Amino acid sequence: MEYVISVLLSGISVGGQYALIAIGYTLVYGILRLINFAHGDVFMVAGLMGIYLTAVLPISLSLPLVILLTVLLGFTIERAAYKPLRNAPRMSVMISAIGVSYLLQNTATYVTGGQPMTYPTIPFLSDTVNVAGTQTKWVVILTPFLVLLLVILLSMLINKTKVGMAMRAVSKDFETSRLMGIKINSVISVTFVIGSALAAVGSILFFTNYPAITPLAGAMPGLKAFVAAVFGGIGSIPGAVIGAFIIGICETIIKGLPSSWDVSVFSDAFTFALLIVILVYKPQGLFGEAATDKV
Amino acid sequence: MMKRSKAILPALAGVTALLLFVILLENISSMIPGLPLVFQPTSPLFTVLKKAAVYSLVAVSMNLLNGFTGLFSLGQAGFMLLGAYTFAILTVPTAQKDQVYYLFGGCAFDFSLPDFFGSIFGSTGAGGAVSMVLGCLIALVLAGCVAGFFAWLIGIPVLRLKSDYLAIATLGFAEILRAIFQWQKLGPITNGANMIKGFPTFSSFNISDASGNVVLRLSTFVPFLITSICVALIVLLIHSSYGRAFKTIRDDEVAAEAMGISLFKHKMLSFVISSFFAGVGGALFAMYVANAQAKAFTSTMTYEILLIVVIGGIGSVSGSVLATFLYVACCEWWLRFLDSEMYIGSFKVPLLRNGFRMVVFSVVIMVIVLFFSQGIMGNRELSFSRLKRLGKKKDEEAAGDKGAAENKTGEG
Repeated sequence: MEYVISVLLSGISVGGQYALIAIGYTLVYGILRLINFAHGDVFMVAGLMGIYLTAVLPISLSLPLVILLTVLLGFTIERAAYKPLRNAPRMSVMISAIGVSYLLQNTATYVTGGQPMTYPTIPFLSDTVNVAGTQTKWVVILTPFLVLLLVILLSMLINKTKVGMAMRAVSKDFETSRLMGIKINSVISVTFVIGSALAAVGSILFFTNYPAITPLAGAMPGLKAFVAAVFGGIGSIPGAVIGAFIIGICETIIKGLPSSWDVSVFSDAFTFALLIVILVYKPQGLFGEAATDKV
Repeated sequence: MMKRSKAILPALAGVTALLLFVILLENISSMIPGLPLVFQPTSPLFTVLKKAAVYSLVAVSMNLLNGFTGLFSLGQAGFMLLGAYTFAILTVPTAQKDQVYYLFGGCAFDFSLPDFFGSIFGSTGAGGAVSMVLGCLIALVLAGCVAGFFAWLIGIPVLRLKSDYLAIATLGFAEILRAIFQWQKLGPITNGANMIKGFPTFSSFNISDASGNVVLRLSTFVPFLITSICVALIVLLIHSSYGRAFKTIRDDEVAAEAMGISLFKHKMLSFVISSFFAGVGGALFAMYVANAQAKAFTSTMTYEILLIVVIGGIGSVSGSVLATFLYVACCEWWLRFLDSEMYIGSFKVPLLRNGFRMVVFSVVIMVIVLFFSQGIMGNRELSFSRLKRLGKKKDEEAAGDKGAAENKTGEG
């Protein structure tokens, strides 16, 4: 029983961390129709920045700075690598995203020397707590609530504010909203800013729970978060969050199965199998709108 | 048609000359002593040539899919993995199986193609050579077939998907394969997470005399030969009516369907053929690194190959081949100096440190992607008439495209 609770708890927290990344994917895909392959690496870079900044600055200063710098990184990537290709075929933008991901990974390897870096202990978040007889970290308990809070704030932003309305309009119809006088480029920048900020928060939560960061640490969570976004229905924020929780929980359950079955190698594969099944049988996902193809 | 048959001969001559040149290059150090180190068999030159020959096959196979059929697939590493494992499992000598699979108490699959032919032709001397070559050749073809078969299986559901969904689904498929091949329960066949080794590699093709001294080196020639044949087959396919159907699908699916081209059938054909050659490429890769290990075939490898295709020009076979040689040469040889500290006099050049090479490299790639999206060749091909024309004057373009499209060469 205690084992089950601990597996579920960590599943929910992993799911929450995926959810924060998945929102970035789903927002960008909703607007640009682009799988932002670099998003997972932005998440990794945020983790690395956390390590380097906490080494020189107090935690209370460095964590906000991490979020700020990640936002700046996301914004720069959009302006430098995606904006020049706005009128190019979709494939070129995706290739550019893969190129950015390659660049971020290689730069991270260069800076860290390829060594796994230990994430600093953040007071309170890393402290252990006793829940229903199982030892766990505070971050595990806090993650779902924090995610919920952020999602509510984000939904309010999207549904109640002018920027949010512009974002919805752009994701509905790129060309028409441009004709209506919406400044496409600033809307897209806002999307990237939000996505990167959430990825930075996600990285703080995620890496507090993990021993080390390698340059490739962002790739797999990034892909999984994308799968979560597809699962929930791409473009839909609640969908992405629910998809991320389901994937996070399933993954930890698979990892937690008896070791004699030896199925833990499949924790990643399961996510992708789910992706293929979803894409084939319900491509619009759980909450997505069915797309109509115009010829 | 007349023009085509005229173009095949010079292409064939060009490839043969290239292959002969490779043999000469490989053996020149033993014929003329005292040549610079570059020509020694251990020099990076030959590593680059071998690796580039292997990669160019995979790049061309990816280009067939991405550039000529317009299917954006990112599953190349997965199919390479299938090919590499098939080849390795089929060719590890039975005598070595216990040693390779020692963690699992021997291999469940007690058969080896070279040994099988060895029992027919004899396992020493010329008979041994024949059985090794035959065994490897058949294993290569089977490696392609296994990859092609799995491509067919996964293609049935996945090929209905549109551009980026197809990309992510094939990427996911490759990751699933990687997990399956690392599963300890399959250990008696795949050796679990450990590598399979002991199978014939490129250097097994070197001809040596009775005392074990190498008489004739063929270790670079072999990957060149196989890649040339495969690339030539792909070029022939692109020029056939199927190839024209592929290009029509790429340019406009709706129009293609209206012209009576079965979308699914042709997409499947292109996908299976591309995966077949990716499988062969994977087997060659296993021969190049002398082991087969699921860990090596990550999505990073697919991205690398995709970037090569982009550098060469999406939709140009010769561009892919050229780009591969450039990419591999820069990566493994010419830019190596960026990774080590350097002093000019007493001045230490800043930034040079392990890993800097890849940073420079990725910046160059980004510049190409952003500002030269055509790549080296765009969708044109290298051909003799084109080279001649380039030498004379530079006012082709429109006419050149037409001429180049008709006179393609199958260089390797």
